[in-house]
Amino acid sequence: MTTQKGTRITQGQFSFLPDLTDAQITAQIAYALKRGYAINIEYTDDPHPRNTYWEMFGMPMFDLKDPAGILMEINNCRKTFPKHYVRVTGFDSSRGWETPRMSFIVNRPPSEPGFALMRQEGPGRNVQYTLSSYAARRPEGERY
Amino acid sequence: MASLPLDEAAPQPDSLDLGALLRDSHALEVIEALDRELVGLAPVKTRIQEIAALLVVDRARAQLGITGDQPPSLHMSFTGNPGTGKTTVALRMAEILHRLGYVRKGHLVSVTRDDLVGQYIGHTAPKTREVIKKAMGGVLFIDEAYYLYRPENERDYGQESIEILLQVMENNRDDLVVILAGYKDRMDTFFRSNPGMSSRIAHHIDFPDYTPEELFAIAEIMLERMHYRLSEAARAALREYIGLRRGRAHFANARSIRNALDRARLRQAKRLFGEHTSGVSRGALMTIEAEDIRASRLFREETAGGGA
Repeated sequence: MTTQKGTRITQGQFSFLPDLTDAQITAQIAYALKRGYAINIEYTDDPHPRNTYWEMFGMPMFDLKDPAGILMEINNCRKTFPKHYVRVTGFDSSRGWETPRMSFIVNRPPSEPGFALMRQEGPGRNVQYTLSSYAARRPEGERY
Repeated sequence: MASLPLDEAAPQPDSLDLGALLRDSHALEVIEALDRELVGLAPVKTRIQEIAALLVVDRARAQLGITGDQPPSLHMSFTGNPGTGKTTVALRMAEILHRLGYVRKGHLVSVTRDDLVGQYIGHTAPKTREVIKKAMGGVLFIDEAYYLYRPENERDYGQESIEILLQVMENNRDDLVVILAGYKDRMDTFFRSNPGMSSRIAHHIDFPDYTPEELFAIAEIMLERMHYRLSEAARAALREYIGLRRGRAHFANARSIRNALDRARLRQAKRLFGEHTSGVSRGALMTIEAEDIRASRLFREETAGGGA
């Protein structure tokens, strides 16, 4: 589910709230680790609502005991991609789920220009609507 | 946050009961168990008690509002001959540090060179970092750490691993404790070629070899755990065996004793098959006789090669 409030992207958990602090991120990861999720760090500069497959930053992290290591890796990712969207997902591998159970954004670009609504005239009086990110009009790596 | 001088901060008690703090942490139980279950190792035990005392005092200071800007560095190096209990103590160390609140989770991640160093360019850093992430909140135990550094090959990836470790040991001091272990002489060479590593390790603990008496005590503890006992003659035989074995090559202290006992169990089982075709008593099943120990190759070589 993606909705827009101003031009701020809201995707995943907590995205209507102000940005999480490192202590809050640590607490969320501690919860995920307690539930035995594998943690992934992903980034993208194409924040289209349908773009669910973001690039992975490093390998998924299994069998960790303490969130400090993941925070270290998040900071690494922030340093590498300071103006990208970065999110943390917790993958639950238990039978019946086998899917990400948590996903929240931990880094966003300093300014988010938002989306344009595109209208396409179809046959008859049919109009098709789609969203297009202002930022995504520039080539990859030069957005934001 | 405003930094107030100490006396203007919130009112704090003027004194604390150190003993009560130590009792509250339940670290004393682990230290006592360590004292009881590990034979000998006096310098090691003293150092562990000192570290525990330091951490309790540190906590007391924190409660009274006296805080330094850096927690004490607790990276350690365990040096000693094979079988002197380095891994066993490391495991207990993790438990003690956890109870004293120095590490958050208190698990031990035990690795060797293979787990840290990659096989091709660009493989080492992610591998080392993955291990470090797993160890966060606990203790990272690097066995035979001197293999990380191969002076004969200047393009060896071990150096990269050492650099990452150094960085983490410095920056993530409150997240994990690194313990390096290895044989004394090789570790000395390792530290000489990596002075950065040596200076970041606060505690160099040397594990002494066991005396014959201590080895015998260890054997008794091991047998008790396996629910065996020695006959009177077997006790004498074992003492004699320890004396002979200590002088031999590849003597690995407690590990050699455990192997010897395992072989004695094999011989006892074989002997019981020979003696009892039917009906074997509880006592016989539990007792190791002198002949089970004296059948060792050591004794035969001693008599055969007496003149040589």
